[in-house]
Amino acid sequence: MSNATEQAVFNPKLRRRVDEGSGVNQVECNLVEAITLTLAQEMDRDERVVCLGEDVGLNGGVFRATDGLQARFGDQRVFDTPLSESGIMGTAVGLAMGGMRPIPEIQFEGFMGPAYDQLVNHAARYRTRSRGAITIPMVVRVPVGGGIHAPELHSDSPEAIYAHQPGLKVVMPCTPYDAKGLLAAALEDPDPVLFFEPKRVYRLPTRDWIPEDRYTIPIGQAKVVTEGDSVTVISWGASVYQCLEAMDQLPEDISVEMIDMRTISPIDKDTIIASVQKTGRCVIVHEAPKTAGMGAELATILQEHCFLYLKAPVQRVAGFDTIMPYYKLELEYLPNAKRVAEAITQVMAY
Amino acid sequence: MPIRTAYTAKIDYLQIMDENGVLDEKLAKDTLTDAEVLELYQYMCRCRALDETAFKLQRSGRMGTYPQNKGQEAAAIGSGYAAKRGVDWLVPCYRENAALWMHGLPMHYVLLHWMGDERGNQIPEGVRMTPLCIPIGTQMLHATGISWAMKLRKEPAVAITYFGDGATSEGDFHEAMNFASTFQTPTVFFCQNNHWAISVPRESQMNSETVAQKALAYGMPTVQVDGNDLLAVYKVSKEAIERARAGGGPSFIEAVTYRLADHTTADDARRYRDPKEVEAWQGKDPVIRLRKYLTAKGLWSDEKQTALDEAAKTMVTEVVRAAEGIAKPPLADIFDYTYATVPAELETQKRTMRTHSLGQNPEQVGLQTEWTS
Ligand SMILES: Cc1ncc(C[n+]2csc(CCOP(=O)(O)OP(=O)(O)O)c2C)c(N)n1
Ligand SMILES: [Mg+2]
Repeated sequence: MSNATEQAVFNPKLRRRVDEGSGVNQVECNLVEAITLTLAQEMDRDERVVCLGEDVGLNGGVFRATDGLQARFGDQRVFDTPLSESGIMGTAVGLAMGGMRPIPEIQFEGFMGPAYDQLVNHAARYRTRSRGAITIPMVVRVPVGGGIHAPELHSDSPEAIYAHQPGLKVVMPCTPYDAKGLLAAALEDPDPVLFFEPKRVYRLPTRDWIPEDRYTIPIGQAKVVTEGDSVTVISWGASVYQCLEAMDQLPEDISVEMIDMRTISPIDKDTIIASVQKTGRCVIVHEAPKTAGMGAELATILQEHCFLYLKAPVQRVAGFDTIMPYYKLELEYLPNAKRVAEAITQVMAY
Repeated sequence: MPIRTAYTAKIDYLQIMDENGVLDEKLAKDTLTDAEVLELYQYMCRCRALDETAFKLQRSGRMGTYPQNKGQEAAAIGSGYAAKRGVDWLVPCYRENAALWMHGLPMHYVLLHWMGDERGNQIPEGVRMTPLCIPIGTQMLHATGISWAMKLRKEPAVAITYFGDGATSEGDFHEAMNFASTFQTPTVFFCQNNHWAISVPRESQMNSETVAQKALAYGMPTVQVDGNDLLAVYKVSKEAIERARAGGGPSFIEAVTYRLADHTTADDARRYRDPKEVEAWQGKDPVIRLRKYLTAKGLWSDEKQTALDEAAKTMVTEVVRAAEGIAKPPLADIFDYTYATVPAELETQKRTMRTHSLGQNPEQVGLQTEWTS
């Protein structure tokens, strides 16, 4: 193991500074740059960490999330695999059992199908079926969600499918800061973590200043983005930004408590319960289809724990219960600020 | 006991017309007539023109991601021409547009697809094909199933399925091959080995010397062919298709070709591919080869080419107009194709254009306003 600071600076193109107040080393990056930087730092720290996937090597991944990693760590740490998601996932399970810390990448969430069996029936179950003798510490990276005008099967939001699977953890950060801290935490985790990256916000026009040195954000902790006391809005992934946009369209007297789940599973019950006990109203927003989506689980938790606090039925603003349409209609399919604002207004009037 | 040989095999490679348009007359016998070559050449040029225009449409923001077919037209046309339109099934990937158009898919449908419009997938009545397939390596199983159905129903029809070199790494590919050979279905597996799967060269994709040899494991007739040679592709395809039709079971064809463009418009091949390699393959372009042949035969001239280019331009303009002239579908459209009958909740979502439920139960205690929107 070596210290990141001894190595040449990774991606010197990023702006860096020392924050005057705190003395913290900061780097300015977008979400995807934060992920690449974290991958480099983790690979520096731990020789067992390897990246594998389609086009992740020389090409740096189709979203450039692994850009520069093969140049730095060589082709025995960063592998271009054959075009086979089952192969990627299944060998990653084996790599983990063999003492490595694999980070398989599935190019788009729509291509997790062939990998499903290996992830769900193997990665998630090994600990249980071996009574803890075999564990699968690995982080599966997958770009997720719609809104980028991509072809079919490049825009889905399958997080609920995997949250339903015991033995898997599912995270979905939507800011550079959270991505960096959660990715580092995921690599520390002894169990398989599905790390969903909302591709729509990979490269927002403004970059964020975040700490350069390693830090972790505990898996399973939601974040209160804005505090408020009229209504709780819960979301994750790219939809968080639609919610923030919706807040601008609301009358001033509606004060929204905005919560970004960040982790889909395990669910941070405490944060959402405390918030809804305070506000008595809640709107849950996600890109995935409404029925049997994560909103259903969260709403159930809220009615279990906040029943007497509720002033209105918990509402869900979600994707429609259809196949994700081709991109001409995707922005109408996805929950947008208008639909979110409408739901909030109605919940407030209830 | 002495060691004996349990199995040996060889893979043939067929080329009939070389890069300079020179024909091996003996092999060319009983393939395509000059009249057919002339017609298919012109067709190839028109397909190329539309492909180039599709690229430009993406660049000017009028279309989404598009995978160019450039350089692989002979593989699509030679095989497509060998199949019977309206009888045989085409089960494509996305780099054989020309074959689909030949079999009756309106040209602008392909543009619509890449413009993010599902109407480009609505295969017209009587046209036997499945829509472009985005998840790699998944469609070959359907081809096996379709042709199996043809066999069970005693229809003399064959399914030909297209896929890339990369696709042969997927498990589904091997399962499709095994099912096809086990049940002796009338399936033709047509691999367009264009040497690249996005940034991964064929040699890194697999350790086998040829793609064709993968079929040996499934006891299937298999051949490698110069995929940029229209006549050779036609010949091996015709043989495989007619063998399948006659009850001889599935075959495998590896068409050795080259992706002259980036993987898609979202890709930048300069990051991983030596331009010299591309240059070398530009010399093997199927279009140039046919033109040389036809010119040498006195069947083609620069004047004819100019006229063809003009005609192609007009055709392309019309195709683009057809694709762009269609009004955006209403959002209500997305609800109509999920099931044969729209379930109640979906019906509600369609009617209200939202997923939240307030206002749906006006009798609910506490409701202060009736929402009408
Ligand atoms: C199941 C699946 N995994 C990954 C992808 C992303 N992807 C799209 S095309 C491609 C490479 C395909 O290579 P090949 O099969 O050789 O076909 P070519 O594009 O070269 O024609 C990849 C990895 C996909 N579309 N589907
Ligand atoms: Mg290929």
